[in-house]
Amino acid sequence: MSDLSRSDVEKIAHLARLELTEAEKALYQRQLSAILHYAERLNELDLEGVPPTAHAISQQNVMREDVVESLLPMEDVLFNAPQTAQNQFVVQAILDE
Amino acid sequence: MDLTNLTLTELRTALQNGETTSTAVTEAMLNRIIEKDNDIQSYLTLTDELALAQAQAADERRARGEDTPLLGIPLAVKDMICTKGVETTAGSKILEGFVPPYDAFVVRKLREAGAVILGKTNTDEFAMGSSTENSAYVTTRNPWDLSRVPGGSSGGSAAAVAASMAYGALGTDTGGSVRQPAAFCGVVGLRPTYGRISRWGVVAFASTLDQVGPFGRTVADCTAVFQAIAGYDPHDSVSLDVPVPDYEAALTGDIRGLRVGVPREYFVKGIDAEVETAVRAAIDQLAELGAEIVEISLPHTEYALPVYYLIAPAEASANLARYDGIRFGPRVPGVDMIDTVKKTRALFGPEVKRRIMLGTYALSAGYYDEYYGRALRARTLIKQDFLNAFEQVDVIAAPTTPTTAFKIGEIANDPLQMYLQDIFTLSVNLSASCGVSVPCGLDSQGLPIGLQLIGNSLQEATILNAAYTYEQAAGWQNTPGGMKTRP
Repeated sequence: MSDLSRSDVEKIAHLARLELTEAEKALYQRQLSAILHYAERLNELDLEGVPPTAHAISQQNVMREDVVESLLPMEDVLFNAPQTAQNQFVVQAILDE
Repeated sequence: MDLTNLTLTELRTALQNGETTSTAVTEAMLNRIIEKDNDIQSYLTLTDELALAQAQAADERRARGEDTPLLGIPLAVKDMICTKGVETTAGSKILEGFVPPYDAFVVRKLREAGAVILGKTNTDEFAMGSSTENSAYVTTRNPWDLSRVPGGSSGGSAAAVAASMAYGALGTDTGGSVRQPAAFCGVVGLRPTYGRISRWGVVAFASTLDQVGPFGRTVADCTAVFQAIAGYDPHDSVSLDVPVPDYEAALTGDIRGLRVGVPREYFVKGIDAEVETAVRAAIDQLAELGAEIVEISLPHTEYALPVYYLIAPAEASANLARYDGIRFGPRVPGVDMIDTVKKTRALFGPEVKRRIMLGTYALSAGYYDEYYGRALRARTLIKQDFLNAFEQVDVIAAPTTPTTAFKIGEIANDPLQMYLQDIFTLSVNLSASCGVSVPCGLDSQGLPIGLQLIGNSLQEATILNAAYTYEQAAGWQNTPGGMKTRP
């Protein structure tokens, strides 16, 4: 693998919804390339036929009864929100009018 | 009697015998924090009024003849763990001012056990780091040498316990964040098995690796806190619905016949000579106590670091997507919604951004198989190493860290060097083992060294008893900090 380019860094930052300064872009371009090079030592391993481990202890389909539990009051739910109106979170429009 | 000098278990006995009160010890702790914490900076938030009210309530309960396992005992909680009505920041500006509307499961368990909560301790931002230098608020200092780091990410909790500013504490351990600061600060820290303790109400970092872990000045203290928080919780889907043993009763001080494995891959170049000498001496002492020492191999050890630094950032990039300035936390307005989210997320610190970027890349189209998929398969080999080893031995003994505490700023600008701090701890997280770090001496600069004892899934009682037996024989158990003198 070659080093990450500036446009790679910009693309990743967009996917991750991060606004980066020019200095940050340069820094991460260098540092992420170094970390990815380090990670390439996994290429030494023969992983043919080795199954992936997603969880350390695999539990699947943990079921529970579908019963209503006590819920937080609306004022507690909204307490930490930066902007609310009529018991809802306020956001900017995402569709054209 | 210097109340702050007592261990948790000594304090419990003193409270039961009516020799002191929770109010008296809580006041003594708060005074010591005021005296010492300006220098050490282990607490981000001190809940002094709440703590005194809890202490008074504990004293009233005791006066009525009630008792619970931690009744009236002052403890500290890492700021990754939600506390109802008390700001919880995860060490990040993106959660500044966040006041949880509920307690984490482990906090509820501490309250049920009667504990007094003194405050919230410093952490690397979102628990990403090995020094607390990544906290957006303060850098905690090591009580043994204020020019050095306490380790991380639970450095605030470790430093508070080491400097007698709490009788015990909670941390979180995703790659070593309880054991490594325990080693650096000369206290005992346990990483329990994945699923042993509920993470409900704990700020998520890497969900297949995260676990809460207790700190104590002694093994018995650490075990008492662990006993209180272990157990099943349906709110955490990976919580294990299995009985909780009596861990405190398992501290028998007898390890005759215990098979202790020494992995040759943990004594390689890069390890400090004084750390190796102290750990080998501790292993010799385990042999004198009746353990059978067996050389073993964990052949994929060198791959644990690259595996971890692909899997943990990948999971973090998904978990941290929720910090978008919509439902909680600050919002930095932009020209449209996406711009607002991007500007708000610029509040993350450099290490968090670095890991989100790394994880996003490792999961992105075209690179998923090359990085994340490969790491998941390599994780299987690491897990298998441990399963094979535990067919031969009951406990694995190793250093907790390759060096003792380093200087503040010494490696802060080199992420790979910082990641190497975790080489001896993160395999435990990848493999569903459990591990405890117990002090095993000081280096020539007077800095603590940690012995790590690793057990198979749910074998906490075995490793805690091995640590306890060693600690009793080493003769340091009666001095807070686990050492002959305290910082």
